[in-house]
Amino acid sequence: MSILVYTESENGKFKKAALEVVSYAKAVADQMGTSVTAVAVNADNAETLGNYGASKVLLVKDESLKAFNAKKYAAIVENAAKNEGSKVVVVSASADSKYLAPLLAVGLDAGYVSNVVAAPSNVSPFTVKHSAFTNKAFANTEITTDVKIVGLSNNSFGLVESGGSASVEDFSPSIPESGVTVESVDKATDKVSIADAEIVVSGGRGLKGPENWGMIEELAEVLGAATACSKPVSDLGWRPHGEHVGQTGKPVASNLYIAIGISGAIQHLAGINSSKVKVVINTDPEAPFFKAADYGVVGDAFEVVPKLIEKLKAFKAANA
Amino acid sequence: MKILVCISHVPDTTSKINFTDGDTKFDTNGVQYVINPNDEFGLTRAMWFKEKQGASVDVVNVGGSETEPTLRKALAIGADSAIRVNTPATDGYAVAKQLAKVVNDGGYDLVIAGRESIDYNGTMVPGMLAAMIGANFVTNCISLEVDGTSAKAVREIDGGKETVSTSLPLVIGGQKGLVEESDLRIPNMRGIMMARKKPLTVVEPIDATTETNAVSFEKPAPKGAVKLVDADNIDELVNLLHNEAKVI
Repeated sequence: MSILVYTESENGKFKKAALEVVSYAKAVADQMGTSVTAVAVNADNAETLGNYGASKVLLVKDESLKAFNAKKYAAIVENAAKNEGSKVVVVSASADSKYLAPLLAVGLDAGYVSNVVAAPSNVSPFTVKHSAFTNKAFANTEITTDVKIVGLSNNSFGLVESGGSASVEDFSPSIPESGVTVESVDKATDKVSIADAEIVVSGGRGLKGPENWGMIEELAEVLGAATACSKPVSDLGWRPHGEHVGQTGKPVASNLYIAIGISGAIQHLAGINSSKVKVVINTDPEAPFFKAADYGVVGDAFEVVPKLIEKLKAFKAANA
Repeated sequence: MKILVCISHVPDTTSKINFTDGDTKFDTNGVQYVINPNDEFGLTRAMWFKEKQGASVDVVNVGGSETEPTLRKALAIGADSAIRVNTPATDGYAVAKQLAKVVNDGGYDLVIAGRESIDYNGTMVPGMLAAMIGANFVTNCISLEVDGTSAKAVREIDGGKETVSTSLPLVIGGQKGLVEESDLRIPNMRGIMMARKKPLTVVEPIDATTETNAVSFEKPAPKGAVKLVDADNIDELVNLLHNEAKVI
């Protein structure tokens, strides 16, 4: 009957989003008077999930599952949910979890709501708040099925440490053949991805050309941030599609979003509405982004950004 | 190859979002509807298959008669025929069930849907559909090649991309990159005239219970005014981000 959480890891290490979904599941479990069981695949130190509220971890160790595979992973979570008799399953809003969750929903005959931003307002009927219309609004949605799947938006709940410990059990469910084989993965392992990032530094057409992205990357490096861009920039081929933020690109739910040389079209603003603090740097004081931002600098990016990098380096050195 | 492209009828990306009836219903007043952008990339890729490799392309929408102009636009772009399942698109699960019936009845080899619609952003319909019909499934797809019954796809993952091999029958959750934005087609006059003669079949829905129910909506709290920092005083910005916003 426990709440089940699927916890993602990479190279054995739990992603921050995994710790966040466990923290969230603990809050739901407290509301429902039950406990949290986590499912992990090839993770090291599985017992550390206890610190975020899991009392048990079902750990699958299998080299053949090194690359994420939605169908196989969905089967693992489905088996775990059935074993535990879980009525609520929590996943994150990562690309992998959003790939897995609809398959899991059919397997468990469960209603699924993604992009959830808060603990349930009510557990009977089970009602969650989630972003809709690409962050232009929120919907409060009841899940009416016996089993419910919640997809938690990244950075929306935060990490809650409880100092507990989790027991770890080996778990070996039967895993189906998958009709999809991963041939190759092309991933910059040293870069922060937009989905995981607490800070995102984003550039627009105001930067005039791809050759000027060095300062965006440097600013991102100083802040430990991910880099992103506006739609025109990816359409022009200055930056890859994967960095395009907005209604037809990626949504961003970071704690800090710094927009440089981006005027703030409605489609772009929709994509970053879930970010908590927004900073805009633009030469045009009439740019719509200034209406959506918390902090603004009217100025030339080529003068402001190097100064900001310098000041942040000094700040980091002073606070190291 | 027989291709089905799933078309969501969604508010234009520039739409202001409002609600009526005590914030329980989406306010359609003054809203222009378009083909969901993620579906449009898929539709254009389907046209490529039709023209370069030979394929038939049908489009489908689950919705009331108000969605027919959107289906006609897809026909004007080049789809061969359209199907409308005559029931409101309530939740993702119910929509996927209706689509599963259409796919099973039509015997499609390849189904292309957008990875998500830009209204409810559920990211669930293509995956649920694939699971219901027992087809292979690749989402966040930014490239797709089909050779006989084999397929190779590239999908976006967090922080990069991966290349996968799979086979038909296949369901794709597509997005920008499946074709470039500059390749998207605007219906021309000939296409619009031809679309009027193409079949648009209305089929009645099967019984499909909904699993979720949106009971109310709310808009984000209004923002306070932006705090402007002088370009010559960037220390102040760092100070605000550290001490006031507490984000660095």
